[in-house]
Amino acid sequence: MGIAEWREQLRRGEVSARELTDRHLARIAAVDPTVHAFLEVTSERARADADRIDAARAAGEPLPPLAGIPLAIKDNLCTKGIRTTCSSRMLENFVPPYESTVTERLWRAGAVLLGKTNLDEFAMGSSTETSAFGASRNPWNPDRVPGGSSGGSAAAVAAGECIGSLGSDTGGSIRQPASFCGVVGLKPTYGRVSRWGLVAFASSLDQVGPFSSSVADAAELLQVIAGEDPRDATCLRAPVPDFSADLESPIKGLRVGLIRECFDQEGLDPEVKASVLAAAAQLEALGCELVDVSCPRFNDGIATYYVIAPSEASANLARYDGVKYGYRAPATEAGSDGLAAMTARSRAEGFGEEVQRRILIGTYALSAGYVDAYYRKAQQVRTLIRRDFDRAFESVDVLLTPTSPTTAFPSGAHAGDPLAMYLADLLTIPANLAGLPAISVPCGFDAQGLPIGLQLITGVLEEPKLLRVAHQYERAAAVMATRPEAALVA
Amino acid sequence: MAEGNRAEGKGAAWEAVIGLETHVQLGTASKIFTAASTSFGDDPNTHIDPVVCGLPGTLPVLNQKVLEYAVKASLALNLQVAEHSKFDRKQYFYPDLPKNYQISQYDQPIAEDGWIEVEVAEKGKETYLKKVGIERLHMEEDAGKLVHAGSDRLAGSTHSLVDYNRAGVALAEIVSKPDLRTGREAAEYASEIRRIMRYLGVSDGNMQEGSLRCDVNISVRRGPDAPFGVKVEIKNMNSFSAIQKAIDFEIARQIKAYESGEPVVQETRLWDEGKQLTKSMRSKEGASDYRYFPDPDLGPIEVSPEQRQSWLAELPELPAAKRHRYAESLGLSIYDARVLTDERPMAEYFEAAVAAGGDPKAVANWVTGDIAAHVNANRLSISELPLGPAQLAEMVQLIEAGTISGKIAKDLLPELLEKGGSVAAIVESRGLGMISDPAAIAAIVAELLAAHPEEVEAFRGGKNKLQGFFVGQLMKRTGGRADPKLANRILSEQLKG
Repeated sequence: MGIAEWREQLRRGEVSARELTDRHLARIAAVDPTVHAFLEVTSERARADADRIDAARAAGEPLPPLAGIPLAIKDNLCTKGIRTTCSSRMLENFVPPYESTVTERLWRAGAVLLGKTNLDEFAMGSSTETSAFGASRNPWNPDRVPGGSSGGSAAAVAAGECIGSLGSDTGGSIRQPASFCGVVGLKPTYGRVSRWGLVAFASSLDQVGPFSSSVADAAELLQVIAGEDPRDATCLRAPVPDFSADLESPIKGLRVGLIRECFDQEGLDPEVKASVLAAAAQLEALGCELVDVSCPRFNDGIATYYVIAPSEASANLARYDGVKYGYRAPATEAGSDGLAAMTARSRAEGFGEEVQRRILIGTYALSAGYVDAYYRKAQQVRTLIRRDFDRAFESVDVLLTPTSPTTAFPSGAHAGDPLAMYLADLLTIPANLAGLPAISVPCGFDAQGLPIGLQLITGVLEEPKLLRVAHQYERAAAVMATRPEAALVA
Repeated sequence: MAEGNRAEGKGAAWEAVIGLETHVQLGTASKIFTAASTSFGDDPNTHIDPVVCGLPGTLPVLNQKVLEYAVKASLALNLQVAEHSKFDRKQYFYPDLPKNYQISQYDQPIAEDGWIEVEVAEKGKETYLKKVGIERLHMEEDAGKLVHAGSDRLAGSTHSLVDYNRAGVALAEIVSKPDLRTGREAAEYASEIRRIMRYLGVSDGNMQEGSLRCDVNISVRRGPDAPFGVKVEIKNMNSFSAIQKAIDFEIARQIKAYESGEPVVQETRLWDEGKQLTKSMRSKEGASDYRYFPDPDLGPIEVSPEQRQSWLAELPELPAAKRHRYAESLGLSIYDARVLTDERPMAEYFEAAVAAGGDPKAVANWVTGDIAAHVNANRLSISELPLGPAQLAEMVQLIEAGTISGKIAKDLLPELLEKGGSVAAIVESRGLGMISDPAAIAAIVAELLAAHPEEVEAFRGGKNKLQGFFVGQLMKRTGGRADPKLANRILSEQLKG
């Protein structure tokens, strides 16, 4: 059941917000010991939120659009008075004195906060295994990763622990876990959604977006969180259209581009490829025209990303120095060894291995003598990738690719091989580099019963078209009707 | 060999090459990237917020007033304002820097390539004009302040405390070209920068409170054709005279070092005001790598030609233009023009009095003399003086017209400065008008001569000096109201007999 149906039931009093919340809290209690999607469950706050909605309804007050809808929030979005850890020892006890813009908008719209979800430390990873507080598991198969970095938020929706959730996507951190967990994950246009209160990883790439079990729900959630914000200078001042209004408009005649370079990947799983090509055929059956397009620089995205993102991260994470807040290493037995040493030890002990690796890569890429060869070169390639997309959108409306080259891999599969892990984001990174909106929608299952995701990409601020194509594909394909049994999936 | 050794080439006289980096705190009410107050001198850490402290998830947003002030400052310094510029992150770890990077402008500053005209005046030397080039002006955020317990520096302190009240206050960094040659020129340049900023109202330029801070780069060489010597940076001067003295000390120190074959090393030195000397703080060899890159949290800075034009139109007449106008059109001395234009309120007071009909030279004398003395002694603002410019003009006109004497005016001034009022009305009501009727004066003179027959006798016997005695007596009898020229003439006639 989707948000619109729940809203109707709540309005008609067929279910109370308190019942809906309690049902999800019970589900969390039942499955989360295995899934470990949540770092913190805010039961008291959730029940209080829900009771307030029920009281408002009882008093005959008009209910806001997400009234009583229980949601989960990735733990790199600041929640006032509630710990926001980024899954890092560094921020293990950090309680923000302010609320992120996106969550503030959700609470104003009546949504209920169930809790904060697990992620790769500081959103750096593709499996949620780099969390300092334990890995999350894939509800379709607990031996598999849920993807990352927003693995907790994706798994929570897949396992029925919440109706929807928020994640953040820097190189695929919403779409790839959505694909691995068989849910919908939307990365909006860069600047469509405010970053105020999102703990920065790579500021020019980070974007907040929703997870949901349907495209229609993704549209509902985007509706609430999107729009300009005077607290974020990179947030666009574009008007926010009604994302749900156009979902049913005809898609007949739209040109869907298959990016040749994506399908020629050596590492592309044949089952994934077949499933995504079948999805393309489904769109053709809906009246779309399939077009073969080339984005020659598409595969350079990953190298470009792994220079730009760590460079920005190395500066963004410099503030964690043990001085003002966050983890501070205890003094040595010999007593104080000075400020610089305290900062160095705090960072060495407070950050995990992957975060330290990226800080080192970024620091190196920006250093005198290397900045031209790495950071500036990467910026140039970024421009070329953006131009590839611009050219492609001259002849097509939507681009289609697999979301990830593979389905969910086994836990620990890439331990000790960061480069293999980085390749998981190969197909999602270019949309971040170009600032384009992109969505992952389930399109099938592999032989092991693991979900496969289809990625659709449109031009800047074309979310209405993106959501329309995704929604009509979703309905026509009815992928979830063919789903295999999985104990942890709702 | 080090570059410095080439500066030792024999022959020509030593010449210093000096450039200044001036940090001006822009006087906006809130900080450069957030709404926290910029108020100075309050309890530590009372003007902070999550953005100032660099808490996770916070973002900077440019205060548009800061941009306006920076562009106006740039236009006043004849700089080329960029239509597109950007902010960069300058990275280094230090606890006064909450994010461990400073948001600054690196390779695309808001403005580049300008100049100002500086009037260099020194006792015993002829005043001259000097055009000083300005490399660039860029915007950046100030850092917080460290308070070291048990020492005035980090070294030797038991612990240190951080006050972030200053963190995030907007700065304009103004970098001069290496066009300055003496301590005096540098001090005049810095003081002209301060004057311009105060005229614009973009900064109070208070050096004691740190709203204006100068770092000096200085080297010496054998004449203008020799290669540059080794550059030394001097910090910690909090007055213009300290800038001058620190530079003069440093020039002498460097010349002496070269001449005695000691190395001059690239370093930062601190001016010690107590001991009146510079001392080494840290070596600058192996320049720091700040790993600059564009700040992705802040979009491009755009200043359209229309915006630039409208800010340009809002600029007041600047001190140099005023100095020229006062000297050339109003016929004032260079000295008077300089004193009158030092602060904008005084210049405006002067101009208002002239506009109200006062003779420029006479008004200038009153303003730079008794009025300035009164204002300075009582720490008043000239714009709030009870004696308004129109009243001063009236007084000057009354003197000029012969209605009152200069002496009467001087006697009346303390009361006017305290209470204001119409000078003509006071003169009228108290009968202070000048006696300029020849018959009336002749009668008084006749009485006077009759009362002092011995002195008249002595005068006629050749004691000419006694003329002064009679003038004094005459002024005494008239309460200073006798027209001095007329009185002298009539007195001379009657004394001759």
